[in-house]
Amino acid sequence: MTNSATPVIQLDQLSVQLGGRPILHQLAVSLQGRTIGLLGPNGAGKSTLINTLLGFYAPASGTARVFGHDIHKDTRFVRSLVGFMPENDSFIAGMSAVSYIRMMGELSGLPPATALERAHESLFYVGLGEARYRKLGTYSLGMKQLAKLAQAIVHGPKLIILDEPTNGLDPPARLRMLRMIREMRDNAGMHVVLCSHLLRDVEDTCEEVVILNNGRIVHYADLQAERRANKRFVEMETVGDAEGFATALESLGATCAQLAPGRWKMVLPPHFSFEHVFRAAAERDLELRRLNYRTDTLEDIFLKAISQ
Amino acid sequence: MAVYKRTYSSYTGPLSSPRFRFLVLPRYSYQHLFANRFLTGFLVACFFFPLGCAAYIYFVNNLSVFSSLGLSIPDFLKIDSSFFRFFMNFQGGLAYLLSALIGPTLIAPDLANNALPAYFSRPFSRAEYILGKISVLFILLSLITWIPGVLLFFFQVSQAGPGWLSSNWFILRAILLGFWAWILLLSLLAVALSAWVKWKIVAGALILGVFGIGAGLASAINSILRTEFGSIVDLSRIMYTIWSDQLNIDPANGIEPPEAWLAFFAVCFFCLFLLNRKIRPREIVR
Repeated sequence: MTNSATPVIQLDQLSVQLGGRPILHQLAVSLQGRTIGLLGPNGAGKSTLINTLLGFYAPASGTARVFGHDIHKDTRFVRSLVGFMPENDSFIAGMSAVSYIRMMGELSGLPPATALERAHESLFYVGLGEARYRKLGTYSLGMKQLAKLAQAIVHGPKLIILDEPTNGLDPPARLRMLRMIREMRDNAGMHVVLCSHLLRDVEDTCEEVVILNNGRIVHYADLQAERRANKRFVEMETVGDAEGFATALESLGATCAQLAPGRWKMVLPPHFSFEHVFRAAAERDLELRRLNYRTDTLEDIFLKAISQ
Repeated sequence: MAVYKRTYSSYTGPLSSPRFRFLVLPRYSYQHLFANRFLTGFLVACFFFPLGCAAYIYFVNNLSVFSSLGLSIPDFLKIDSSFFRFFMNFQGGLAYLLSALIGPTLIAPDLANNALPAYFSRPFSRAEYILGKISVLFILLSLITWIPGVLLFFFQVSQAGPGWLSSNWFILRAILLGFWAWILLLSLLAVALSAWVKWKIVAGALILGVFGIGAGLASAINSILRTEFGSIVDLSRIMYTIWSDQLNIDPANGIEPPEAWLAFFAVCFFCLFLLNRKIRPREIVR
C-alpha cells in the first residue's frame, strides 16, 4: 500500500544499458510532488527512464521504486498503479475507440461491464464522446493523443506517465490537455509525470522538475519552493552616466550585474521598494528606458543546467 | 446518471482474476473475426465433414443387408484407425487453411500501430499476450479438430459397443495428442509469422508457403543426398508420422516417430524464440 510519505518515484543509483550501451548513469533522486516534470534535450534519456519505470527495460545496476515498490521485483503491481500515455502512435487502427479502451481497461483488471462504462466516461472526459464509435485509424493526430490519454486513465491509476502529451496539438487543444492534466492532479488525486521538451507546458503544470542530459540528472528543481522563494529579477535599460548606480543599489541589498553598457540585471531582496531604484537613478540623472520585473523562468534553469 | 454527465473518478472496485486475463484477447479477436462473412462461412463449412463422418459411422454400424445375406462386412466399410487417420488428415487440412486465414490478423495489427507499449504498460505480461493470441487459434481449431474427433469416437463406441472400445482406445489418445500437437504447431507458426510480417496478405501467404517450402526442401535434400532424413524439415511429413505412429499405422516412408517428435519440438521452440525476439514493448536498436 502507499501512503503520503512514500516518494512517488525513487531512483537509487539507477543505471540502464541498451544493446550494451550505457544510457542512464547512476541516477539518484527522490520525487514526491503531485506533478513531476522530466526535461532534457533529445537523447537525454527521458524515454529510457520512463520505459525503465514501466519495467520495459531492466536496470543494469541500482533500483527504481514507484510508490515504494521495486519496479523490477514488483513489476506487475507497479503497472497496476500506473497509466502510460506513449509519445508515438499506440493503438489498433481497426478498432473503435470505445472498444479499444474497454479492452485496455479489461487488461488492467476491470470487469467487462465496468470497463465498458469507464471507457465511455474516459472518452467523454477527454472530449471524444461524440467520436467514440469511430475507428481509431480515422482519427486526426490530436484525437489520437486524446485517445491515448483516455486509455491511460481508464483503469483509474494512481500515477500517470505522459510522454510528450501536447505533441501535434493545436493551441486550443494544447491548453485543453494542460487543463486536463491539472484537473487530474487536483480533482482525481492522480500523480503525474510529464515528459516534455516544451518548457512552458512543464512550467504550467509541474511542481518538481528533473533535468536530464546525456543520461545523467543535471538539475533538480522544486518549482513550488522556487515560486515560494520568489526570487525577484529586474531587467533594466538605462541611458546616461551610470557610475555609482550599481553600488547605490547594492548598498540597499540588491545584487546588480551589468550585462552590457546600459543593460542591467538585478536580484531584489524581499520587501525592496522600486522607489529606491527611481531615486538612485534620479540622483545620477540617469534615464530609465525599460524596467522588466520577472522571476527566474524554467527556461533559465534549463539552459543553465544543460550548459553545465 | 448518464455516462456523458459524469466526470472522471478513480476506480476502487473489484478486479478480475489475473489468471484468466489472457482470455480477454480471444474475446475481442472473435468480435473482429466473425464480422468477416467469408471466415464465418468457412468455419461453418468445416463442420460438414464431421457430420458426414457421423452419418457414415451410423451407416456402417447398421448394415443389415450383409448379415442377412450371410456375408461379412467388407474391410473398406470398417471403422478403424485408418478411418480416423483420414478424418484427421482432412480436418487437419482445414485447420491449416483456417490458421492461414486467421493467423495474420492476430499480431500484425498490434505491431502496425505500435500497440504493444499500451498492452505491456498494464499488469499484463508478454507470456500472457502470446498465450492470449495463441488461444484465439487454439479455441477455434479445437472446434473443428479434436472436439468433433472425440465426439465421433464416442459415437462409434455407442454404435459398436464396449468391445470396439477395448481394442481401439488408442485412437482416442491419437485424436487428442495428434490434434493438440497440430494445433500447437499451427498456432505458434501463425503467431510467430504474424509477429514478423506486418502485411496481412504476406503473412497469410507465408503461413501457407512454409509447408510447401518445407516439403520442397525435404524432397530436394532426399534426392540429392539419397536419404530420407530430409523429411525432418517437411512439417506435413512430421505431423503425418506422429499421427500414424499414434494410430498404430506404418507411415510407409520418411522419418521415425522419435525424430518427428524432435523436429516438432524444435519448430515449436524456434517459433517461441522468434516471438521472444519480436514481442517487446520497445525495440532495442543495437
